[in-house]
Amino acid sequence: MEGIPFNIPFLAVAAMIGIAFYIIVSQRNLIKLVMGLSILASGVNLFLITLGYREGGIAPVYTHAPTERMVLPIPQALTLTSIVIAVACLALMLSMVVHIYRHTGDIDAEKSRQMKG
Amino acid sequence: MMSKIVRTMSNFLILVVLVYGLYIIMHGHSTPGGGFQGGAVVASGVALLIVAFGSHSIHENLKEHHLSILKSTGLLIFIGLAFGGMARTFFYNFLVGSPIFGHIPPLGPNPGEMLSGGVIPLMDIGVSLNVAGGLSAILLVMALAITATEVEE
Amino acid sequence: MHALVTHSPILIIAIPLLAAFLIPLIGRANEKARDVLVVAALAFVGFLVIILAKDIYFNGLRVYTLGASSSILTIPEHYMVPVRIILEVDSMSTFMAIITATVSLAAAIYSLAFVREETGQNRFYTLLLLLAAGMFGMELTGDLFNLFVFLEIASIAGAALTAFRTRFADTAEGGFKYIVISSIAALMILLAIGLFYAQYNLINIGALAQVMQYTMLDKIALALLVIAFMMKLAGVPLHMWCPDAYSVAPASITVMLVAASYACLYALFRTCFTLYGVCLNLVTVGWIVIIFGLLSMFIGVTMAVFQSDIKRLMAYHCISQTGYMLLGIGVGLAVLDNPEALNSYGIAAMNGGIFHIINNALYKGLLFLTAGALFYRTGTRDLNKMGGLAHKMKWTAIFYIIGALSISGIPPSNGFASKLLLYESTYQFHPVIAIVAMITSILTLASFTKAFYSAFMGAELPEYEEVKEVPKSMMAGMAILVVGIIFFSLFPGLVIDWLAHPATEALINQGAYISGIMGGMG
Repeated sequence: MEGIPFNIPFLAVAAMIGIAFYIIVSQRNLIKLVMGLSILASGVNLFLITLGYREGGIAPVYTHAPTERMVLPIPQALTLTSIVIAVACLALMLSMVVHIYRHTGDIDAEKSRQMKG
Repeated sequence: MMSKIVRTMSNFLILVVLVYGLYIIMHGHSTPGGGFQGGAVVASGVALLIVAFGSHSIHENLKEHHLSILKSTGLLIFIGLAFGGMARTFFYNFLVGSPIFGHIPPLGPNPGEMLSGGVIPLMDIGVSLNVAGGLSAILLVMALAITATEVEE
Repeated sequence: MHALVTHSPILIIAIPLLAAFLIPLIGRANEKARDVLVVAALAFVGFLVIILAKDIYFNGLRVYTLGASSSILTIPEHYMVPVRIILEVDSMSTFMAIITATVSLAAAIYSLAFVREETGQNRFYTLLLLLAAGMFGMELTGDLFNLFVFLEIASIAGAALTAFRTRFADTAEGGFKYIVISSIAALMILLAIGLFYAQYNLINIGALAQVMQYTMLDKIALALLVIAFMMKLAGVPLHMWCPDAYSVAPASITVMLVAASYACLYALFRTCFTLYGVCLNLVTVGWIVIIFGLLSMFIGVTMAVFQSDIKRLMAYHCISQTGYMLLGIGVGLAVLDNPEALNSYGIAAMNGGIFHIINNALYKGLLFLTAGALFYRTGTRDLNKMGGLAHKMKWTAIFYIIGALSISGIPPSNGFASKLLLYESTYQFHPVIAIVAMITSILTLASFTKAFYSAFMGAELPEYEEVKEVPKSMMAGMAILVVGIIFFSLFPGLVIDWLAHPATEALINQGAYISGIMGGMG
């Protein structure tokens, strides 16, 4: 990581979050909107793990070698919790898309709108 | 329903997947892994069966309310153990030092002990029952719903 | 009894969880036992909230450390920072917990008759208890990541309940909008938590408040948190999901979604007052909150005047009443470091804003429950199709009148008391604010009068011949809220002295919150 002028993981996080917001705002197909949300969740999880990296650190397993420098373990716990929550949210969103398709026959966000005003 | 080769291999592979998932669950407190991860591996085994055999033939044997009972049992184990330490505080690790999973591992590099950690491996088992049941139920119900929607058109 | 008060912060969160996990097993065996379990769990939690609030009023704030050897051991020996999940309860937290407990109990009793003919009732009650547990968790915790987790629990349970009636075409759309907006807001909160952890290695609110240095990353985190909480509490301009989701949900669930958005309002106040405190640019952030409040009030009520769906009309009013609360607290935030302005009108504005929260939960809840009663008997939410129902549904009409008078701020209701506090104090801050607030009140009265005449007055329509009054459990659910409204209308001074003013003092007093966690070291 020494010779690279920028931090590639943080650039990847910024790119993923930017692409995800663009997808959520501009796509009309509901399944693509859910995919955009999944990319946003992945970007935020990548950010949480990357901020814990310490130069030359090893995996934070305590029986491995407690004398060397370890990467931070708490962001990894936060990321696991976030992944679990994202799985549940995604399952719920996709079930609702299936219901919208069943009732209106269309998964385009403009054509399947029922409520206006 | 896929071809005979896929069905026969998945009959064999499901056992391998289940053993792998159980390994991840039981060693969750000393190696990477734990309740959610192992439960998700078990649910992926169920996904293998659904893809190989078709959701209708799986649904004849594995009903949704069986999975609901599995989920509730796992969750009740979890919250029962959390209430168990109420003499001091909620979630207190009251099994450290006792013969059930209570061995205290030595410091320094060592291969790790399965029978340590107190309440944590038991909570892992509870969470994994819940997650395996829950994710399998999601996969089964959505597979049934999607084939029903295709039939209607 | 002393042990019960010591353990009550976690019992308030854990007992709804335990009941929610038991319901699939018990509900399969016996339906009556399940109903009794739901109501008993929420009633016991209400009792615990009241004894906790009484203890905190007399003895100051209380911490609870999960998993330690004693509940007040926030920092273990040889450590310098708190390392476990800590619940920290002060007067503002118990104020919000009282609102949540009342609203959940009323909604659960109302639901006993409201969803009786639907299938999947086990899942309904499980999700209702999970939503209540999520709200309690958001209000009692002292840890930012715990707030995120309980926020997601409440969002997922709320969205699943919004889309509960899958036989209609528009419920899935309302639920989809709710879960997408909640997901985006929660991911922004997680990004802010990541920014805090990267700089300070802490996620506890009290410990962060002590070491906060307000760098550029902290400003970005503040912007992310404010926008995320504004998305969740339906403040303009992030309010588009609110009328859709509130109108298609079952009526008792709409009431709980309203209480969930007030839990997010509480989280916004915690962030601005306790996490950041006086190191903010107070005038800037205060004016931003005030502008959001003014926009919400005005746009909410002007969009509500021409709606024809009764629950959509009430949802727009919900947005406008949230504006009042933002206004009161924004004025308090803008003068936080100016002691004489704070004592002369800042504290009164915050008292008014906080009193308005509990008033709004009561009368907005009552109005949504009466709209649900109308839907239960007539099968429609469209005001153009209803008419002349006051002859048959007398009690529903009386409850609706009480709610409509309160929300418009007609004396002597409790809405009038909180709005008077807000008018007087915000006028001294800037006169235009008070004038916009009064115009909003007048338009609120206009739209509720229109809805009352459409639904209840007029000649009896032939298709509603066999419409009777609603079942007893729905009346009991509404009666709980009506008793609260009447009590608050008769004794507003008592309520402000015992509930609203201690909450204001707890919000302003950042030092007490920090020293509760750090054990006197800070």
